[in-house]
Amino acid sequence: MEGLLSLFDTALLNSIPRFVAPILLAALGGALCQRVGVFNIALEGLMLTGAFAAVAGSFFTGSAGLGVLIAVLAGVLVASVLALFVVGFRGDEIVVGIAINLLAAGLTVFLLRALLGVKGAFQDPALQGLSRMNLPVVERLPVVGALLSGHSWIVYLAIVLTVAIHLFLSRHRVGLHIRGVGENPEAALTLGVPVMKVKTGVILVSGALCGLAGAQLSLGSVTLFVENMSAGRGWMAVVAVMLGQGHPLGVLAASVLFGFTDSLGFRLQGLRLPSQLTEAMPYLVTLLALFLIGMRRRRQESF
Amino acid sequence: MSLRLPAAIRNSPLLAIGGAILLGAALMLLTGHNPLAAYAAMLEGAFGGRQGANLAATLNRAVPIVGMGLATAVAFRAGLINLGGEGQLVLGGVSAAVVALFLPLPGPIVLLLAIVAGALAGGLYAWLAAWLDFRLGMPLLIASLLLNYPARALASYLVNHPLRDVASGMSQTARIPLQAALPKLGDSRLHAGLILVLGLILAAQWFIARTRFGYRLRMTGINPLFSCYGGIDTRALGYRVLFSSGAIAGTIGAVQILGVHGRFIDGSLIQPLYAWIGIMVALLARSRPWVVLVAGFLFAALQTGGFGMERATDVPREISQVLQALIILLVAAQAGLGLRRPGKAVEGS
Repeated sequence: MEGLLSLFDTALLNSIPRFVAPILLAALGGALCQRVGVFNIALEGLMLTGAFAAVAGSFFTGSAGLGVLIAVLAGVLVASVLALFVVGFRGDEIVVGIAINLLAAGLTVFLLRALLGVKGAFQDPALQGLSRMNLPVVERLPVVGALLSGHSWIVYLAIVLTVAIHLFLSRHRVGLHIRGVGENPEAALTLGVPVMKVKTGVILVSGALCGLAGAQLSLGSVTLFVENMSAGRGWMAVVAVMLGQGHPLGVLAASVLFGFTDSLGFRLQGLRLPSQLTEAMPYLVTLLALFLIGMRRRRQESF
Repeated sequence: MSLRLPAAIRNSPLLAIGGAILLGAALMLLTGHNPLAAYAAMLEGAFGGRQGANLAATLNRAVPIVGMGLATAVAFRAGLINLGGEGQLVLGGVSAAVVALFLPLPGPIVLLLAIVAGALAGGLYAWLAAWLDFRLGMPLLIASLLLNYPARALASYLVNHPLRDVASGMSQTARIPLQAALPKLGDSRLHAGLILVLGLILAAQWFIARTRFGYRLRMTGINPLFSCYGGIDTRALGYRVLFSSGAIAGTIGAVQILGVHGRFIDGSLIQPLYAWIGIMVALLARSRPWVVLVAGFLFAALQTGGFGMERATDVPREISQVLQALIILLVAAQAGLGLRRPGKAVEGS
């Protein structure tokens, strides 16, 4: 027991929000899309785009902040392709999503070589990462300080955005429009809600959120870009949207679970466990969560 | 859209392919490359070479791509989205390697059993995804996709630890005995896996088009509720279809190990993205088996062409993957725009 508890040291606590934030940001984007009736499975590709654009942007401008901005713009750009093909051309959202994921995977490697001239990974002393912010007062607190202090601003923004999106969806007029579009597009259209515009706008916002998620991966947690850096986190975000049923706070809970197992897996790598097990752990936990929910639903239905 | 092209051209996949080639050329121009030289090198890389060496490479690459395309297409035809091809492929490969390495029987029998083991492993793994969906309500798309990761991890663990050929210094198993390998076709660089995949395509085409099971499969794909109402046990059908889909993927894994690599090498079935390219092939072919053959050959040519292009020019080979994704995007747009015609305006849920 003592050995198990010793895992929960400062380093682990501190790493949790770093792992949660990218999944959470992408999942918030996915949740918004789900609310307007768009099943966005391109989160993985959008996040990967953001991770690359952040590094390329930071390298060429010399500023991590501008890198994040470029990541957001790149996310929006790729999301606009998604919106064009799904909303404009009425392409199947799953087919388009799969294509966008593969497009992003190919394009980031292509541009890694065409723009930065390297294969595999890009790391440069001149590359500016995001600085860690130490919260006054909070950083002195035991446990909470290690957990909450010393992260990039994107991590704090992710928390703020979760609350903001929750309030926006439940209180704001446009938020109600968004929900209306998802629940009954015909009725929304009759009431004068511009359904196509709302859908397009929400997809673009999800692109921006995924851009932020990618920037956190490549400039926040570390300061480098590796091929296929998102490594399935966008898919975990898709599952988080599903588990949270598109509700921002539910999505937060699911993202915390996945991010926590992600960081725990990372922590366990130091303990001579096979790396394959620790790398697969977040996915096994995800499957287990879905399994338990499925079992519970079955039991409830049998009453 | 005010495109006034005749429907035959407007809906032709050739239009999507042409569009993707133009967009790819634009991308190359933007990054300071010469698209004409790149595409010429790509053609040479896919079909040229001394004594048709590159064409042979394309055909060899077409084996897993067509195979994974077929695996996906079989499930798509029944309306089932199996994104777990990668895990099924990897488990098929590693199972075949284990049988080929450790079964002390005559070569041809070992070969046969290794392929069967691969098919079983892939089929059962896809069956598990089906179970998670039908029994527990976990969407198949998510369940099958998530199962890829544990399969990859398991295979990687096996070849890095218990099955590792330590002497080679690499993450791979020992070489399988030569008698258990798939034979080459005559003096060529091709192997018997090519014939096997052609056989699978023919069998699937016949099965889907001509048998009662195939009819039910198609009906379920078109309208599952109606099929259920019409007396088809869509769940039982789903299990069988997914088992078949996974078994094809597992067979392809076995074929790659027994015909190409001669051992299981960590990542060798994942890194070339066979499963994902197979999904795109199935989409391009709209899940018709014999079209999968053509589309799979095309995508294989794009890949080997990409390697040739990278050797001859300085254009990164990933442009192949970009082109493939663009083709699928444009095909999706064609299908979507086709829905807009009056009377067909209703989207499929």
